[in-house]
Amino acid sequence: MAGGYFLTILIFTAMYISLALSLNILTGYAGQVSLGHAAFLGIGAYTSAVLTVRYETPFWVAFLAAILLTGLIGTFLGLPSLRVRHDFLVLATMGINFVVVSVFKYVDFFGGAMGLVNIPAPTLFGITFRGGIPYFLLTVAYALFTLLICWYLSKTWSGLAFQTIRNDEDAAASLGVNPARYKIYAFGISAALAGGVGSLYAHFLGSVFPDNFVFVESIGMLSMVIFGGIGTLRGPIVGAILLRLIPELLRFIQDYRFTFYGALLVLMMLFQPMGLLGNESWLWRQITRWFRASSHGGKETTQ
Amino acid sequence: MLVLQNLSNALILACTYILMAAGLTMVYGVLKVLHIAHASVYTVGAFVGVLTFSWVGNFWIALTVAMLVSGVFGVLIYRSTYFYLLNSPRTVPLIASVGMFVMFTDLLQKPFLMGAYQRAFPAGGAGLPAIKTALFSFTAKQVLILIVTVILLAIVYLILTRTKLGLSWQAASMDREMASAVGINLNQSIAANFFLGSALAGAAGVLVGVYNNSVFATMGDLPSYKAFIIIVLGGMGSLPGAILASLILAIVENFLVASIGYVLPRDSIAFLVLILMLMFRPNGLLGRE
Repeated sequence: MAGGYFLTILIFTAMYISLALSLNILTGYAGQVSLGHAAFLGIGAYTSAVLTVRYETPFWVAFLAAILLTGLIGTFLGLPSLRVRHDFLVLATMGINFVVVSVFKYVDFFGGAMGLVNIPAPTLFGITFRGGIPYFLLTVAYALFTLLICWYLSKTWSGLAFQTIRNDEDAAASLGVNPARYKIYAFGISAALAGGVGSLYAHFLGSVFPDNFVFVESIGMLSMVIFGGIGTLRGPIVGAILLRLIPELLRFIQDYRFTFYGALLVLMMLFQPMGLLGNESWLWRQITRWFRASSHGGKETTQ
Repeated sequence: MLVLQNLSNALILACTYILMAAGLTMVYGVLKVLHIAHASVYTVGAFVGVLTFSWVGNFWIALTVAMLVSGVFGVLIYRSTYFYLLNSPRTVPLIASVGMFVMFTDLLQKPFLMGAYQRAFPAGGAGLPAIKTALFSFTAKQVLILIVTVILLAIVYLILTRTKLGLSWQAASMDREMASAVGINLNQSIAANFFLGSALAGAAGVLVGVYNNSVFATMGDLPSYKAFIIIVLGGMGSLPGAILASLILAIVENFLVASIGYVLPRDSIAFLVLILMLMFRPNGLLGRE
């Protein structure tokens, strides 16, 4: 893990931006609250780690395999969502997290509780990304890629389809939108993107342990999406940046990181359920009003 | 005779599941909220129990104090969050509940509360005798769990069927607005519901703590998750369903682990059962509709 302390924080922030954005596809766009996103991060990380450590696969093959395999598993795990809604699905995602972690922990192939170590640094086009600025750029590139996909999903017809499913599944079905298909898409894409982050995560740290992907980590990601503003593009980005940086800047919070995340979730639900910068949130209304006033009745800024 | 011994072990496991799931399914029945922070109540109950026991040395006093404290804790959880979120979309109280669970779990692990280590809870069988027959046997601890569970369930049954409070919960679970329109003090009724359900969870925490002779900050994670599976299996909000599902899950876990060993981690069995159930019978065994 070369590179300064500050760069490490930036690298993690970039990775968590991708994670929050990918979770937002499922939870924000398709309206399926997931309490198990860390499982997909874990599946991606372990896929990449196993391939490079045990089979000496080149990084980029392992990276693509992580994305594809996690996407496949995500699609498969999305199948229950066709039968069940709301609360039941939340439980299923929570279960996915517990089971994935226990498989990593108890199956020797995955290294058990000792995890997998000596994961090589990625090499791409003959360049070795060994921490520091190159790795930061790699994670930023991936975050941009995730953002592009999210932007595409929200701007095209699929964005509207997701919105109708979120608002009223039965109505969506009567309008000719197939809720099942879009929910499966959301599961697959969301998981695949998280799997890619998992690969980057594993190769950055050089080792993976089951405890890196436990339930509370999923809650951390959900906190980012909800704190920033669920269902928007800006929300997860701002949420990931603030929630990664605040504990780093205020050292006394660092030890109480999950207390802080938890309290934040409760307070947001009580006072700003749409998040800091969600549509309808207090701060976002102030910002849009200020923009409208300063542009003298120009175009409304909505996203 | 191994089969019978497995059955009696499963029965004990089921008892702890029942106590945990009963409170959860009661809360779900009335509020329609997945009360994930219930796990924290369970852990707090075990913690208070072990502290009280180390002061007074009497299991029954420790159990009573733990149940009272966890009951009050549950009411505080309700009054500070769910109370304000009753009319929000259902994901809002759910996420608040997740937040509370994460917050309490983290706080409990801090050195000024429970710390990161396990505490012993050496209450033994609280003076109860062990039962040993030719067919099956219960240790003193198992007898204790069985007796406490039966007494508590009897109390819950009486409250549910013989008191106005129980009636008001039934009314509230059918239609909250209508219940308050016909003159039920919804607030008191729900608070009482939380008190009872949380006290049961506290009792479950104490019993499991005594049984395993260990109490630690993250002990609630898996039981809470299994309790959810149980209330889904039993049909959300149905108490008889929860009892039935607890028995089934405990038996399946015990026999699968006994017969095929640790091919699957024990805790994934519950999850597989859940998925199968959701796919084929989404309303649970004894659910309405």
